[in-house]
Amino acid sequence: MQKFGKIVAISGNMITVEFGESVSQNEVGYVVVGRQRLKSEVIRISQDTASMQVFEDTKGIKVGDKIEFSGEMISVELGPGLLGQVYDGLQNPLHDLAKECGVFLPRGRQLEAIDNQKKWHFRPKEKIKGKKVSAGQPLGYVEEGIFKHFIFVPFSVKGDLTVTELSSEGDYKVKDKIAILKSQDGNTIEVTMVAIWPVKIPISAYNQKLTPQEPLITKMRILDTFFPVAKGGTYCIPGPFGSGKTVLQQLISRYADVDIVILAACGERAGEVVETLKEFPKLKDPRTGRSLMERTIVICNTSSMPVAAREASVYTAATLGEYYRQMGLNVLLLADSTSRWAQALREISGRLEEIPGEEAYPAYLESRIAEFYERAGHIQLPFDAKGSLTIGGTVSPAGGNFDEPVTQSTLKVVGAFHGLSRDRANARKYPSVDPLQSWSRYQTPLDKERVKKAREVLIKGDEVNQMMKVVGEEGTSIDDYQLYLKADFLDTVYLQQNGFNPIDAATDIERQVYTFDKIFSILDTEFSFSDKDHARTMFYQLRSLFIDWNYTEIDSNKYKKLEKKINNFLNSQKHKEEDDEESS
Amino acid sequence: MMKKVHSKILSIVGNVITVKAKGAAYEELAEVRSHRGKSLAQVIKIDKNLVSLQVFAGSRGVSTNDQVVFLGHPMKVSFSEDMLGRVFDGSGRPRDKGPSLAENTIEISGPTVNPVKRTIPERMIRTNIPMIDLFNSLVVSQKLPIFSTSGEPYNELLARIALQAEADMIILGGIGLKYDQYLFFKKRIEEGGALSRSVFFIHTASDPVVEGLMVPDLCLAVAEKFALQNKDVLVLLSDMTNFADALKEIAITMEQVPSNRGYPGDLYSQLAKRYEKAVEFEDAGSITVLSVTTMPGDDVTHPVPDNTGYITEGQFYLRAGSIAPFGSLSRLKQQVNDKTRKDHRAIMDGMIQLYAQYRDTEEKRSMGFKMSSWDRKLLKYGKLFESKMMDLTVNIPIEKALDNGWQILSECFEPEETSFRTDLIKEFWPEPQSHRKKRNTENNE
Repeated sequence: MQKFGKIVAISGNMITVEFGESVSQNEVGYVVVGRQRLKSEVIRISQDTASMQVFEDTKGIKVGDKIEFSGEMISVELGPGLLGQVYDGLQNPLHDLAKECGVFLPRGRQLEAIDNQKKWHFRPKEKIKGKKVSAGQPLGYVEEGIFKHFIFVPFSVKGDLTVTELSSEGDYKVKDKIAILKSQDGNTIEVTMVAIWPVKIPISAYNQKLTPQEPLITKMRILDTFFPVAKGGTYCIPGPFGSGKTVLQQLISRYADVDIVILAACGERAGEVVETLKEFPKLKDPRTGRSLMERTIVICNTSSMPVAAREASVYTAATLGEYYRQMGLNVLLLADSTSRWAQALREISGRLEEIPGEEAYPAYLESRIAEFYERAGHIQLPFDAKGSLTIGGTVSPAGGNFDEPVTQSTLKVVGAFHGLSRDRANARKYPSVDPLQSWSRYQTPLDKERVKKAREVLIKGDEVNQMMKVVGEEGTSIDDYQLYLKADFLDTVYLQQNGFNPIDAATDIERQVYTFDKIFSILDTEFSFSDKDHARTMFYQLRSLFIDWNYTEIDSNKYKKLEKKINNFLNSQKHKEEDDEESS
Repeated sequence: MMKKVHSKILSIVGNVITVKAKGAAYEELAEVRSHRGKSLAQVIKIDKNLVSLQVFAGSRGVSTNDQVVFLGHPMKVSFSEDMLGRVFDGSGRPRDKGPSLAENTIEISGPTVNPVKRTIPERMIRTNIPMIDLFNSLVVSQKLPIFSTSGEPYNELLARIALQAEADMIILGGIGLKYDQYLFFKKRIEEGGALSRSVFFIHTASDPVVEGLMVPDLCLAVAEKFALQNKDVLVLLSDMTNFADALKEIAITMEQVPSNRGYPGDLYSQLAKRYEKAVEFEDAGSITVLSVTTMPGDDVTHPVPDNTGYITEGQFYLRAGSIAPFGSLSRLKQQVNDKTRKDHRAIMDGMIQLYAQYRDTEEKRSMGFKMSSWDRKLLKYGKLFESKMMDLTVNIPIEKALDNGWQILSECFEPEETSFRTDLIKEFWPEPQSHRKKRNTENNE
């Protein structure tokens, strides 16, 4: 039976509603304004009134307006046809909306998230009819692009069920019946290709969570080598504005070695999403040769879209990520920016007149952030496969100061920290990940000891550099100066990467290992220089050789030539030293 | 429809009044009729039958038995060609002596553009200011603030860009604008012959603070309509810090929990809602937004510039009368600076890197370290860069600016001391006088 309520107060996007019988926390209701129905969510209940956040502009709402309660929590539709879609924070398909409503986003318009009419070729799993199955086990699959999109026993069912009916191979619409399951207490459940799942509840139809160990290769040298991310792990990218957070996320979304990428553009500029939307369909996935868009889902709730929907958007993204993980795929969720999401929480908390915590963020900020990142994981599925959901979130700290609540709460729960620095960005050192400040708890796929030593070179080189600012170049010893040049060399030719150069923008792991070893051998050599000019000249020459080398395609003729040139150059340095020794 | 008159104002706190009324809609407009005259007010909170309104003309002199008339619609503005050349105030009423316009009203702060209907911007706006065109190109549909401190010539810069940018329309929004600055804008735009394609919404520093809150929305609503009629519209907003301060005032009056230095927690969303109106439509015109954000205490981490920086597509720092080469950024420049001349990007990066080295050298020099011959070259370069590129009186097209760049480089360095690609050096590096003479004589022979 449909339940109704009545508005008694309005403040911003928060309304207070008198309800008749009962409501549940996080239940969805619709404000009826003329012909429009505005989606809202119950976020607090006290006695006979409920506070609800409205996911749309509240202009024109009046006291006394009717609320229709739905009896359900905010949910998404899961099924074939999600890949390549662009949704808003509540899974409204933006391309379809543009077709229907033109340039602007109309208020209160909700379209089907998944195309109801499209037919998919279903292949049932063999020898499963009559057998017992449990939540999250596949009943068959359809092909969605290059992926096997499994149709599951609903994630919410408890215990074992018996497959009493299963459709034969053929073309079906997503809402056609695919199977009938019978539970132990005799109830029957109809299964279609679409499942509805509440976004704020993690999908937990898996056997166990595993430790994230396998590296997730982003093809960014500084990350993969020094601050790696593991599949199923979490990381964050805090940085002040203009430090290149979004560019870094975009590069990772293009090149990362995963099956599916979910981009949650949360409260950021629409222009940045547009670049992704227009370019991804044209770009090729290096692994499959197909359009990048075919492995991407964009959840787009940009800064001028309603704030409450921004809060929901990261959960929507996480739910879609978990869903594809259930198919044994490796999924990467990139949330840009989690600060905007936290600010949405703050705005809502302010409207509820809750007692504020630090910088007016609600007291539960930390637990919400932890909950969100905990949705990542490498899991053993209820059938013979593993899947992973990796979550990377950017953080936009106020004033670029990492000592603020969102950054600090995030650092407590993530496995890797890629801190961006304004100084590095100003000096045009990209990616501007600060090699001294960042850290990772995951294992580097390269030689651990060597990476550690290389990082020490960076740290010591920086110390020398700081010192040099005080005592000048003339007051620095030649050995210290060499250390400084080595750190600078490692920084320039390895840590920095030119995102605009098609080859340098992405370095696969084999090439990283190879290049790093060569660089390490240079870091490990004690050169003897006659003076600082000599040292500087040598490293600058070496630097330009390596940069050219980075820009050439691996194993091409030019690549080999340059490598030879580098080797010869290094040999000639050594010979010179020997000559020097002989003559001395 | 009969408009209902309410004549019992229950409370007056700051510029917010509360009346007992039924049937008021959120963000509905009302008229407050006091002995001082009529003022518009907007519903900002409804709690049962208590309706709070912010009074645009301020609450000064409003009496508890003044009349409040609800108008039954949200804030609107008249839109037509008749607006051109006119000046309005923060409530949309004429500020000049012209007639008031009531025809063809449009809603302000309308819905957002669907992201999938936006295009990737790729038209450069030429300003003839080398620090912009060459180093941080401005692009149609960009939203970009000038970060500055009080006393810097930011309004002069804004007016100059507006006049040189060749936009179809200019819409100027003044928020807390000093009266003489308003007169300055008017004069400049008149002199520049652009008055007939301009509209002004001016809230001056002496007007009630709340009235400034509507200015950005009014400007952008009108801009959006013109843009949908295929016009390239340039919106100038000065100064958005005053806008944020007005938001702060209302938030505190409404006893909202402040988040950072008294500003409300939704400052980011409020600013974004305005700036994100900048757009290039797929099959129509565009809106470009240039604003001024004064930084209290020259502090970029102050909540207003900080939140703005996260929203806008870059920023120009105006320091000591010129656009600072560091920190200034146009996030969209990569979309256009490969289509100007092939040496554009190289000169842009190369000259800035050398200028950065100059700054280091300058620091060393001031600390009394010995200057090498390289240092002396850098010092010469730095001075030339400042006088021929950074000085705001320089007014030249980008092609000339690029030529000047090569000229400066060749006056200070040998080609191999710079990091330019060999093919660019071959094509663009000016020949030294002696060589040229030699070649001339050769040719003569």
